Amino acid sequence: MSWWTETKEQITESPVWKSIFRHGYDDTPRNRILMVSGNVWLHLHPSKVRRHATRMRFTWCMGGITFLMFLITVVTGVYLMFYYRPVTQYAYADMKYLEFDMPFGMVMRNMHRWAAHGMVIAVWLHMFRVFLTGSYKPPREFNWVVGVILLVLTLLLSFTGYLLPWDQLAIWAVTVGSNMGRATPLLGHEGPFHEVLGVNPIYDARAFLFGGGEVGPATLMRFYILHCIFIPLVTSLFLAVHFWRIRRDGFSGPAL
Amino acid sequence: MAETRAVQIDDRAEVEARRREEQRQERAKRQREKAALGGLWSRRDVMGRVAWSLFGIFSLTTILAAVRSAFPRVLFLPPSTFKAGFPRDFAVGEVSEKYKKDYRVWIVRDEDGFYALWAKCTHLGCTPRWLTAENKFKCPCHGSGFYRSGINFEGPAPRPLERLKISVAEDGQLEIDKSVKFLFEKGQWGKAGSFVKA
Repeated sequence: MSWWTETKEQITESPVWKSIFRHGYDDTPRNRILMVSGNVWLHLHPSKVRRHATRMRFTWCMGGITFLMFLITVVTGVYLMFYYRPVTQYAYADMKYLEFDMPFGMVMRNMHRWAAHGMVIAVWLHMFRVFLTGSYKPPREFNWVVGVILLVLTLLLSFTGYLLPWDQLAIWAVTVGSNMGRATPLLGHEGPFHEVLGVNPIYDARAFLFGGGEVGPATLMRFYILHCIFIPLVTSLFLAVHFWRIRRDGFSGPAL
Repeated sequence: MAETRAVQIDDRAEVEARRREEQRQERAKRQREKAALGGLWSRRDVMGRVAWSLFGIFSLTTILAAVRSAFPRVLFLPPSTFKAGFPRDFAVGEVSEKYKKDYRVWIVRDEDGFYALWAKCTHLGCTPRWLTAENKFKCPCHGSGFYRSGINFEGPAPRPLERLKISVAEDGQLEIDKSVKFLFEKGQWGKAGSFVKA
């Protein structure tokens, strides 16, 4: 056995790898069936859900509520997009216009806002419940990792949406909130080891986010695209994996 | 119930063991085939490796290009330099706040000459005030104090204020370049460009 096969086997047989990819690409009849039935794209829906998995007292339905909030923000967000232009001259006026001059605009904007807050709260409670019931333990440990990614994506959705009204609160909140980027090790111009790569205020981690040295028109456009297209798409992908995976691995439940 | 569960787990282990055995046999078969070739890479091996390498190079280049494209070649920024009037406009011993509102810069006229201080507290970045009566810079946020030289002496500020590049332009006016900083803790305050001799 060469070192290559040996290392490969060491990696593919490790618990971490196994928790992510349940089975490999072995060309055996049994594995081929497993690959089809266990594929997220081919079998999104589970063959069965156990009764105890849906008990409210156990789950608090927090994952479901988080998803509901996500759907509300998607629907109301699409409505808001019809009236909003992410350009510095228009953004603030458009926000006022869609709130005060569009029929149902105020309801839509407030639903979007409160659902976003609700999503953040529900996602924390969901995490809390999963922690309390020990549902992060094997075989569900990879789904916990996916969940943490989804938590970060949720917070990023809130953060990018914060800038879009383009008022003083938005601009300064994002200025302050992204100060962390300046302190990134190696990649931030005020972080440790920043001299190594020679990063400066317009070529560093924060400038990557801002499209310049400070919050400006490029930042508004970037955050708009991230908020409306990029992060929702990525979130949807991870949501699909998250739901599919918990059904594949089996819901945890109270001892019967 | 506990018993049933234990059995299920055993079952899983058995399935796993069977799978491993299958895999091992498959691998052994492949190795026999390879041995028949005399340990050389088969044509399929070569093609496969070439294809995967090309795919890898392509993916890497695409990612690098995507990251690079986030940094435009041209940014529309206000100029980093500004003219600060003629040296004769400043009285000896004066800390001028004339350019603080527009440029966030103090210009200090000593007996020896001029230097420019950036009006940003080294604690958390507020704009300090110049208090003439007390002869010091005082930050309103957390009370950091700095001597007129810029050295910190009270409050939470961890290091002195930063000095900016100052020079005399061709028309005789002082010129400040905010993109070049001189830090005391790096021993840069004596360097050329950090002051203008009177």
